[in-house]
Amino acid sequence: MSKVTLKVNGQSHTVDIEPSTPLLYILRNDLGLQGPRFGCGLGQCGACTVIINGNAVRSCVLPASAAKGEVTTLEGLAQNGKLHPLQQAWIDEQVPACGFCQNGQILTAKVLLDKNPHPTDAQIRTGMASTLCRCMTYYRIQAAIKRVAKGAA
Amino acid sequence: MIDFTAIPPEVEAALASRRSFLKGAGLLVVTLSPAAAQAGPYPDPNFRQLDSWIVIHQNNTATFYVGKTDCGQGTGTAFRQMMADELDIAFDKTSIIMGSTDTTVDQGGSGGSDAIQADGWPMRRVAAEARRVLLQLASQRWSLPPDQLTVRDAVISAPTDPSKRLTYGELIGGKRFNVTLAGNNVNATTGVAKLKPVQEFKYVGQSPQRYDIPAKVDGSLKWAVDVKLPGMVHARNIKPPVAGAKLVSIDESSVRNLPGFVKVVSKGNYVAVVCEREEQAINAARRLKVNWEKPASAPFPASEDLFTFMRAAQPTSRSQPTVVGDVTTSLAGAAKVIEAEYDVPFQGHTAFGPAHAMADPSNGQLTIYSNDMKSYGMRNGVAAFLKIPRDQVRVVWMEGPQGFGRTAADDAGFEAAFLAKELNRPVRVQWMRDEETAWDTKGPAFTFKLRGGLDAQGNLVAFDYLAQAADYNHVGYNEADSVLIAQLMGIRRTPARGGGDEPDEMYSIPHRRMASEVVSLPLIWETPLRTGNLRDPNGPQVTFASESFIDELAAAAKADPVAFRLALLNAGTGDDSGFKRARSIACIKAAAQAYGWDPRPSPKRVSKGDILTGRGVAYSFRSQTVAAEIAEVEVNGKTGHVWVKRLVCAHDCGLVINPEGTRRTLEGAMLHSLSRALHEEVTFDTEKVTSVDWVTHPSLTHADTPAQIDIVLVNGDPNPNRPDLPHYGAGETACKPLLAAVANAIFDATGVRLRRVPFRDQRVLAALKAAGI
Repeated sequence: MSKVTLKVNGQSHTVDIEPSTPLLYILRNDLGLQGPRFGCGLGQCGACTVIINGNAVRSCVLPASAAKGEVTTLEGLAQNGKLHPLQQAWIDEQVPACGFCQNGQILTAKVLLDKNPHPTDAQIRTGMASTLCRCMTYYRIQAAIKRVAKGAA
Repeated sequence: MIDFTAIPPEVEAALASRRSFLKGAGLLVVTLSPAAAQAGPYPDPNFRQLDSWIVIHQNNTATFYVGKTDCGQGTGTAFRQMMADELDIAFDKTSIIMGSTDTTVDQGGSGGSDAIQADGWPMRRVAAEARRVLLQLASQRWSLPPDQLTVRDAVISAPTDPSKRLTYGELIGGKRFNVTLAGNNVNATTGVAKLKPVQEFKYVGQSPQRYDIPAKVDGSLKWAVDVKLPGMVHARNIKPPVAGAKLVSIDESSVRNLPGFVKVVSKGNYVAVVCEREEQAINAARRLKVNWEKPASAPFPASEDLFTFMRAAQPTSRSQPTVVGDVTTSLAGAAKVIEAEYDVPFQGHTAFGPAHAMADPSNGQLTIYSNDMKSYGMRNGVAAFLKIPRDQVRVVWMEGPQGFGRTAADDAGFEAAFLAKELNRPVRVQWMRDEETAWDTKGPAFTFKLRGGLDAQGNLVAFDYLAQAADYNHVGYNEADSVLIAQLMGIRRTPARGGGDEPDEMYSIPHRRMASEVVSLPLIWETPLRTGNLRDPNGPQVTFASESFIDELAAAAKADPVAFRLALLNAGTGDDSGFKRARSIACIKAAAQAYGWDPRPSPKRVSKGDILTGRGVAYSFRSQTVAAEIAEVEVNGKTGHVWVKRLVCAHDCGLVINPEGTRRTLEGAMLHSLSRALHEEVTFDTEKVTSVDWVTHPSLTHADTPAQIDIVLVNGDPNPNRPDLPHYGAGETACKPLLAAVANAIFDATGVRLRRVPFRDQRVLAALKAAGI
C-alpha cells in the first residue's frame, strides 16, 4: 500500500492503496463517482472511460499510479451547473436506452470533437468504433454528435 | 482506507414510508388490511387496493406505483402517459416508482414485451378508477351529481357554479383512497370506471421525453452497481475451467495472506472468494488454487461440429406439427421443388455490464439491490433457495445494463444473497467479463430443413418446415432450482424442455406442414451453454430461416420478393384476431413505399466493381405486433465485408403510446439483430466456451451503423379510428425479420445465398469465391 494523489474533476484526493490498482476502482469505490463503470476490465468496451490530458482513457486498465494529470469524469463535464453541449444533445436526441455505456460514449465523443470539431460521418464511425453499446443506440449517438458538431462555431 | 457511502437515507426513508402507507398508516386510516397487518416486514402490496397503485399528494401531483421494470425502452414514461391520461392530470405532475417488491404490486417485472400490451390495461383502469373516485368525492362535497362536474389537469370544477373548484390534492392529498378493486389476478385488476376512448388522450400519442435520461447523461443516477453499504465486502466467483468439472479441493493458503482477504466460500461446485476491496477480490479469485476433476466425457461437441451433432441427435421432444392440406402429395406434384438447410449458432446475451447484485442481511432480513428485470421472481426464488420466509426478503430494483432476458435468470442476485447469509455482512457480487460472456444464458442454436413447391405459374403451393432447437433444459425465470448457483450446488429439477418454434406469418399456402424438435447436448447441468430467453427467444432464428426461404422461392419463381409476399397474404380469406393479415399487408406495403422499392426479381444483375449493392425484405409478427423490414447492403467483393447502409421498418403495434420512444426501441431492436446477423456467435471447444470477451465475441460497433434508418409507424387496423384501439408490444418484433432481410439483400447484391449466420467477412468472402465472384 502507498499513498497516491489524484486530481479528479478539479479536486485533489490522496488515497492509500496498492499502486497497481486500476484507476476505475479508486474512482468508484473511494471517490464515490458513478460515471465510469466496469464493463470488461480489458479496455475493450469503453464503459470506464475518463478523460486525462485531453485523451479518452480506459480507467479499468490504467494503474492509479500512472494516472498523471487532471482526470475528468462524466460528473465533471457540466460547468457551473450547465450541461456540456454533448450531454444536452444526448437529452435532445433521447439517445440512451439502458444508458450503461453512455459515459464512455459521451466522453469519447467529447475527445473526438475537441480534436476535430467538424468530423465527417466516416470519421465519427471510425472515431467511436471501439466504444460499444449493446442496446445499439449508435444511430442516435451519431445523430447527437452531428448535432453538436453542426452547432459548434 | 475504505470510505463507504451508504444508500441515501432519503431513499431508505422513502421505502419505509411507502411500506408504512401501504400498511394503513396513511393520514386517513379507516381499516387495516388484515393481510398487511399480520405479515412480516416486507409484505406484498395488495393489487386490489387502489392505494397500492396511485398516491395523490397535497401539492396536487401524483405518484404511480407499478410492478414493472424499465430496461431502457422507456416503458416507465409510457406508463405515466397512459395513467396521466386516464387520471386526467398533467404528465409533468406525475412520477412513477417501479419494480421494488415491497412497495409496488407484483406485475412480474419485465418480459415478453407485454408491458404496454398487457400490464398497461390494469394501469389504465386503476387510474380511471381514481379519477372516478375523486369526482365522486367532489360530488359529495358539493351535493352535485358527478356528471355535472368536469375535470381538467387534476382540477375538478362545476361549470354551473364557477365558485366550485377543487384540486385532487385538496380532495385527498396525502391520504388513502381506501378503495377496494376487483379482479382475479393483477392483470385483471379493475375498478368500476370506464376507460377513455383513445381520441380523448392528451399524452398518449405524444412523445414526452424520458424522465430517466438526464440522470443517465450527467452521472447522477445511482445504479444497482453503485450501491454501497457500511461493512460491505466484495465477492468474485471461480467457475469450473471445464464445463461439468467437479471440485476436488481448494488450497486456501494460495490467497489467505493476500491483502483484504476475508473468506473462501464453497458449496458443491460453487466457489467464491470474498475480500474487503473490489480489486482485492478480483486478484484473489485469479490466484486461488482450485483442483478440479474433468468430466469423464465431453460436455458438448466443439462449435464447428455443432450442427452436424444436432442433425444426428435423437430429439428429446417433438412438437405437434401444424398441418394444412397434404404437403407430401403437393410437393410430389409441384412443377419446381426447392430445398434448403439453415443454421443459427448459439448466441449470447453478452450484457454490456456483467451480472451484479448487492445483498444486505441486516436485522435478520434480506434486501437485494438488483437490476433484475423480474425482481418479483428473484424475491420468490431467493426466499425458496435460502429457505427464508418470503416476507423477510425484498428486492429493490435499480437500473442496470441491458435486460433482454439475461436478468430473468439472475445468477448474481442469488449468489449475493447466499454469500450475505454465509458471512452475515453485506456482499456485493459482480461477474468478470470472461465469466459473463462464457457463462451467461444463451439463445438456443437452431438447424432448419425447408422444402417448398411451386406450381407451373410460380405460385407457392407447398411449404414444409422442420426446426431443431438445442434448447433442452431451458432456464430463465429465477427459479430456486434452475439458477446457475443452484445447479453448481448439485440441485437438479425436471428439465424445462424448451420448444422449437414455427414461423409467424400470415401467408396463405394451400399445403403446409411445420414441425419442430428439441435436441439436447450431452451436458445439461452446470453448463455454460444453458439456454434462456434472449430477446424474442426463438424469433430471430426461425424468421431467418423462414423468410430467407420465402425469398429463395420468390427467386425460383422469378418474382419480385415484395409482390411474392403480398400475393401470399392477399390469397388469404377471412381474418384473424387483431387483424394481423390486414396489418401484415399494410406493413409490407408501407415498408416498400418508404424504401422506394422498385419491383423486380432478385438477384439484381451482378454489378461491376468491388462494391456490390442490393436490397432485401422480410416480415414477421410477434403476438399481435407486425413488422416488415427492408435492408440495403453494400458487399465488398474483395473482403467479404457487409455494410447495411440503410434500414426501413414498418411497424404496427396498434395504439402507439410514445412515437419517439417507439422509434428508438425499434432502431435498437433492428441493430441488435444486425449484430446477431453480422457478428455474434458463441464458440466452444469440447471443454469450454472460447468466446470470452469483445474480441472473441465481437458485437456491432459504430462503424457498422447504417447511414439511414427509416421507421414507419403503421396503423393497419381495418377501423383505424376505433375508440378502443389496443396497444401492443414493441420490444421484440423488430428483432425477428432483420437477419433474413440482410441475407436476402446479400443475395440480391451477389446472387449468393447465405444460410448460416453470422455473416462475418471471411464466411461471406468464402461464399463469394465459391460462387466465382
